[in-house]
Amino acid sequence: MKVHNNKAWWLVLPVFLLVAFSAVVPMMTVVNYSVQDIFDSSSRFFVGVDWFKQVLRDSRLHDSLLRQFIYSGCVLLIEIPLGIAIALTMPTKGRWASACLIVMAIPLLIPWNVVGTIWQIFGRADIGLLGWTLNALGISYNYASNTTDAWVTVLVMDVWHWTSLVALLCYSGLRAIPDVYYQAARIDRASSWAVFRYIQLPKLKSVLLIAVMLRFMDSFMIYTEPFVLTGGGPGNATTFLSQTLTKMAVGQFDLGPAAAFSLVYFLIILLVSWLFYTAMTHSDKNS
Amino acid sequence: MEWMAWTLPTALFFGGIGLLLVGMTVWELRSPCVERRGFLPIATSRGDRLFIGLLGSAYLHLMVIGVTDWSVWIASALSVVWLVVVMRWG
Repeated sequence: MKVHNNKAWWLVLPVFLLVAFSAVVPMMTVVNYSVQDIFDSSSRFFVGVDWFKQVLRDSRLHDSLLRQFIYSGCVLLIEIPLGIAIALTMPTKGRWASACLIVMAIPLLIPWNVVGTIWQIFGRADIGLLGWTLNALGISYNYASNTTDAWVTVLVMDVWHWTSLVALLCYSGLRAIPDVYYQAARIDRASSWAVFRYIQLPKLKSVLLIAVMLRFMDSFMIYTEPFVLTGGGPGNATTFLSQTLTKMAVGQFDLGPAAAFSLVYFLIILLVSWLFYTAMTHSDKNS
Repeated sequence: MEWMAWTLPTALFFGGIGLLLVGMTVWELRSPCVERRGFLPIATSRGDRLFIGLLGSAYLHLMVIGVTDWSVWIASALSVVWLVVVMRWG
């Protein structure tokens, strides 16, 4: 039998300590908070699973969870095909390839709150180029008062910010396909659709899984951009999970329910990430 | 440790998880596991099955708390059964 040298595990110790300090200990604290009614550090009462019961039956949270899934679904449905399409049309070599890569990378370098501010001003009807132009064309547009406009703006903003990531990942995936596949396709007189369907798409599978996972997790945790752009409004139309959670924890200082809610949130992210991770590792094994 | 707002039940919970991990490590050192395929649709190692068992238990608790008016102990009892089933036949 192969003997493993387990001494290498000592090298993992620094990372383990770092993760314990930054994630495990705070996580344990959140679990402790979730079963107590906390007024201040000296007066706290054990309430069992009452906060979980309250949170799991709160219609406000159901609504924002539904909004969150719709939002993440829309983000994936738009950004993944668009990213693939952009990657397919990008030049493969020469000066233009470099120029395209730089242009594509620019939105990724802009911080979240700056993106929110850019789009907040861009969409305004009085001084923003987008808002003013749309209204001048006779299209009524106001993201601050119209739910559809707010949703479209938040989605377009995310597409503008993050499609580049998908495109760049797919671009690198496409460049990694050996030329012999294309030569074989030319010999078989395969159509460009057949080349995409039977060569490019299967070869992009693992890259796409990473792209889908990254975009799902990021969009599922989104906070800053919609907060700066719409503040969650109009009404609660663009209030997503993280914003509801922040309101509960920081705004109302309901630490117990907020802790219970963040654990539910964590479990959703954990399940989805695990599913993607398993799909990814098993597709690697199969290929 | 006061700032972490410990309670006896949560301390016991994390103590249990910690013991489980230590136990799994000792078990792995004594007899390294081989990936196998049970009723789960993927080949799993012992650690994978523990993770699936614990994650399933967490969701089971959420379901019982969120949907029914049963005592949380019923969820815990069902979780133990689920954990044993996954570890043995998963």
